[in-house]
Amino acid sequence: MNDAPGKLSDPATWLDQHGDSLYRFALLRVRNSTTAEDLVQETLLAAWRAKDSFAGQAAERTWLIAILKNKVIDHFRRTSRETPLPDVADTDDAIDALFIEHTDHWLHPPAAWSRPDNALEQAEFWQVFQDCLAGLPARQAQAFTLTEVDGLSTEELCKALAAQPSNVWVMLHRARLRLRECLEQRWFGAQAENR
Amino acid sequence: MLSCKEVSLLLSKACDQGLPWRVRLAVRLHLFYCQGCTQFEKHLQVLRAAGRRLAGSDALPGDGAKLSDTARNRIRAALQRD
Repeated sequence: MNDAPGKLSDPATWLDQHGDSLYRFALLRVRNSTTAEDLVQETLLAAWRAKDSFAGQAAERTWLIAILKNKVIDHFRRTSRETPLPDVADTDDAIDALFIEHTDHWLHPPAAWSRPDNALEQAEFWQVFQDCLAGLPARQAQAFTLTEVDGLSTEELCKALAAQPSNVWVMLHRARLRLRECLEQRWFGAQAENR
Repeated sequence: MLSCKEVSLLLSKACDQGLPWRVRLAVRLHLFYCQGCTQFEKHLQVLRAAGRRLAGSDALPGDGAKLSDTARNRIRAALQRD
């Protein structure tokens, strides 16, 4: 693997050297294998055309990933434009069910999680995490991944999802509530029972 | 007094932008007596840490997804055409 800063390797080898890595990066974000494959193809073509602009300061894969990341954001922006996001519904039954009607206090208050740092080191945890992320409504998952994984600011996220700040905050909040609930049920709660 | 539903939204929002000091104070007062929201705030940090961890890798750890041979051949052909 050519992953050290410096020169570009022969573009013909990019697919073999980085293809799977680029594919996984895209798949985690777009959650559709055909779209992820198309994005890898677009990325390698764009990289080939832009090879003269490679400054040699980044590792080759880092450079390719940066191109892919922009392709992913462009993809979200395109699909958001094609099917504009309706205003986020004021109510979301699954979220409302987490709170007691009228008082709006937790129906089942979040419990203390045992050794979360330890969980992040375990492959089984990541399998559960992936399942929980896959269980989110698509837009919420996109909002979560772009913010927490890719580090987009609220402003950048609004552009990527063609949505207003108040909408993206609600989307992010619902994503976090759902993920938290799922992880507690499937990992942290189950761990506590096994102790 | 803020409800847990309101506080959880504000805690989530605080991950992405600052809150006005009066709001921050109201949230802190709520957290003083609410265990559920106190835990929720910690869980938000775990979610953030998990996200950061993913940022440093190309995929979820343990995820062995690979490009299919069909896709690989299609991409190779497209690169050769270009």
